[in-house]
Amino acid sequence: MAGEAPADSTAFINHHLTHLKVGEGFWSLHVDTIVMSVLLGLVTIGLLYSAARKATPGVPGKWQAFVEMLVEFIDTTVKEVFHLDRRFLAPLALTIFVWVFLMNAMDLLPLDLPGKVAGFFGIHYWRAVPTADLNTTFAMSLTVLGVVMYFTFKAKGAGGYVHELFTSPFGANPLLWLPNFFLNLVELLSKPVSLAMRLFGNMYAGELVFMLIALLGAGFFTFTVAGTAGMLGQVAMGAAWAIFHILIITLQAFIFMVLTVVYSAMATEHH
Amino acid sequence: MENLALIAQVQGYTAIALGLIIGLGAVGACIGIGIMGSKFLEAAARQPELIPTLQGRMFLLAGLIDAAFLIGVALAMFFAFANPLLARFG
Repeated sequence: MAGEAPADSTAFINHHLTHLKVGEGFWSLHVDTIVMSVLLGLVTIGLLYSAARKATPGVPGKWQAFVEMLVEFIDTTVKEVFHLDRRFLAPLALTIFVWVFLMNAMDLLPLDLPGKVAGFFGIHYWRAVPTADLNTTFAMSLTVLGVVMYFTFKAKGAGGYVHELFTSPFGANPLLWLPNFFLNLVELLSKPVSLAMRLFGNMYAGELVFMLIALLGAGFFTFTVAGTAGMLGQVAMGAAWAIFHILIITLQAFIFMVLTVVYSAMATEHH
Repeated sequence: MENLALIAQVQGYTAIALGLIIGLGAVGACIGIGIMGSKFLEAAARQPELIPTLQGRMFLLAGLIDAAFLIGVALAMFFAFANPLLARFG
């Protein structure tokens, strides 16, 4: 992948943007996304479970203290906004936060590393960031929509919800049913779409900037002044972007979690 | 030959469109963050004891304000490297 002429840069980027696909058309599966997200989900569960297993009421170890801090932070966030029984929502929020954070953090791996590792197994394409795939983010946001609908029906009942769909925010006059319904539909559908696309956009753009920075150092093995300058530029800009990206990763996971909680809370409040 | 001219035209217009997407998105996002940041600084100066709470909310808002811009950037990058408008030309 190193030392290519500029004409190959598009091919380089296109290669790094290709998923490991099985099947075709509507039924194509991105195997790399599925494997990475399941793996990281197991890591999430394993990490949190190990903290719960070894928890002592005495002086806590560092890992236990960290997990306790995390759980308390999530619990405070949920408690501020959501006023019903939060025994389902708070663990869901914790899972979302840790899982999305780990999936996003795969973006900090060196660009060619997953490809090299996959190459040992004879696999030619491997995209390591599951959340840079629209499938993952939409799967999560549609699940969040399902959770929000569950809370809606639980708080308002089916009849109450239909009544609210057609009579708020403008009023109960039958002439206003259609505008009310239209507004409520747009509000309902925009939530999962924006949730998914926000996370996808951030991660995809981040990955792409890493690829473009990697192209800077592509001329190193030509042993020219320009090549060496490109290599130093790549190291410097790569470091800067990676440090900025650490903030973005955490922030996007936090935003996804907070919006899940806030949408659930909005679904349970009565007008 | 005419195919080549058409492909060049599509690519040229795509390039201009990408510039507009990223540029206009950046204008909106930066002005939004600027307004929000200035309000945060004002509030921090009035009530320094609220700084930790407000800071958390500020980061949340920064992520939300940047959302549309970054979605635009992701779409622009997609068009830059796998332009679907060129599919018609094979």
